[in-house]
Amino acid sequence: MGGTVDPTVINLVVFVLAVFVGYHVIWNVTPALHTPLMSLTNAISSVIIVGAILAAAPAETDFGTVLGVIAVALASVNVAGGFLVTQRMLEMFRKKK
Amino acid sequence: MSANQLTLWYLVASVCFILALKGLSAPTSARRGNVLGMAGMALAVVFTVALIWNGRLDLIVLAMLVGGTLGALVARRVQMTQMPELVAAMHSLVGMAAVLIAIGAVNNPAAFGVADPLPRGNKLELFIGTFVGAITFSGSVIAFGKLAGLGKRFRLFSSAPVVFPGQHWLNLALGLAMIGFGTAFFLAADKAWTPFALMTAIAFALGVLIIIPIGGADMPVVISMLNSYSGWAAAGIGFSLNNSMLIIAGSLVGSSGAILSYIMCKAMNRSFISVILGGFGAAEGAAAAGAESKTVRSGSADDAAFLMANAESVIIVPGYGLAVARAQHAVKEMAGKLQAKGVSVKYAVHPVAGRMPGHMNVLLAEAEVPYDQVFEMEDINGEFGTTDVALVLGANDVVNPLAYEKGSAIYGMPILDVVKARSVLVNKRSMAAGYAGLDNPLFYMDKTMMVFGDAKKTVEEIVKALD
Repeated sequence: MGGTVDPTVINLVVFVLAVFVGYHVIWNVTPALHTPLMSLTNAISSVIIVGAILAAAPAETDFGTVLGVIAVALASVNVAGGFLVTQRMLEMFRKKK
Repeated sequence: MSANQLTLWYLVASVCFILALKGLSAPTSARRGNVLGMAGMALAVVFTVALIWNGRLDLIVLAMLVGGTLGALVARRVQMTQMPELVAAMHSLVGMAAVLIAIGAVNNPAAFGVADPLPRGNKLELFIGTFVGAITFSGSVIAFGKLAGLGKRFRLFSSAPVVFPGQHWLNLALGLAMIGFGTAFFLAADKAWTPFALMTAIAFALGVLIIIPIGGADMPVVISMLNSYSGWAAAGIGFSLNNSMLIIAGSLVGSSGAILSYIMCKAMNRSFISVILGGFGAAEGAAAAGAESKTVRSGSADDAAFLMANAESVIIVPGYGLAVARAQHAVKEMAGKLQAKGVSVKYAVHPVAGRMPGHMNVLLAEAEVPYDQVFEMEDINGEFGTTDVALVLGANDVVNPLAYEKGSAIYGMPILDVVKARSVLVNKRSMAAGYAGLDNPLFYMDKTMMVFGDAKKTVEEIVKALD
């Protein structure tokens, strides 16, 4: 034993803990809000946009950066669409008098 | 900005995402949750852009504006009945973005701060992220087509299962080939484009093949499953880029979709495996024969209005037929009239009442039905026994008492206990069978009165009769 820990191992630690957090948080979501849950998770998974930004960033243009720019556009549709449609649905669940 | 600072900001964003989902535990905290989610996303994007400040910003910002505008427009215009289509379309975008990023990472790992050539570990993760993303993309496109009813124009989108001999063997062979090429990509010392491209192409084909045999009735499971896949794809990309925030966000989404799939399977009394293998719903309507000999009691909207106006308690059971007929607002008006007469009115929602998890709740909320009058199956099933009238609108299988009978096709499926109410009103367009293709004994009981006709028209007539 000794030396530095491989990043993959750290990733795995984060992954397993996050799955546990997800499991417990999601079971607490009220069934009435399962549709907003789906649109919200959709928006959250589009945080993949940070990967797309990195792919698009290099100053030297090649097909990798072009695909990156396309990925930024695709993920942006989801970011805006996902959060806004969730907001729209949740507005309907306001308490009425 | 240093990589350490960036990672700490990503941590803040990850916490925001967890709190966003936590907010959905109640309607009162849900809007705050969504705002937190937006805040997390804004942090993640702003600090990533700050990191690449000297790079190609103009094109990136342009792409964000174009995509964001399009997303905002769709979010504003989409109808609540079209929610399943929208969600399927958005899954496909996440899947495609994952594939594009993976290609970028193979091409130029240095852009992501990963060693060039890619280390073996990252290659394995990239392989997983890519094929899950590709399957998510093409599977979601098929799901979208099925939900949007494009089957008439293009057979692959048919809501009836598309099955052919040797289907499962073909899928298995393709799956193995995909893993084979993935392994070749993993073992190769250089960039190894050929196995990577072949692997990705096979994954796209597999996504189509695994969704086409699944019938329209099972769509709630399919959407949940693709929701889960899109999360795992994001997590896979997070692994290959050593990005904890992506891993956390992806895992949250992945487990959310998995739990929803489980809930939907349970509510439909289907095993996950049988849904995936598909073919269900192929014999739609075929089993409904032999019903002619039995008699049903049918009545008019006036009769229904009279019965409900003189009841103490009414439970309304909305099904998807109600949403198709756009009768939600009329139902809300009817409930208001009844409540004004002192009748207690509640709504009972089965988990698969709509076309995706929680769909019916949103449709009722859109019609301004207060959410505290809407009850989930397990919370209201005990009340049917003491209820005067149960009004079933456009629902069939979810109130079918055959679910209690051993040997029936839906035996064991959890249903709403409408059969226990003192009298039952059922509105349907005709005596046609539901998705499961089964006859429904509820319709022939002495205490049941059928009110035939379009849901919206019928409810509007009841409203008039209540005046």
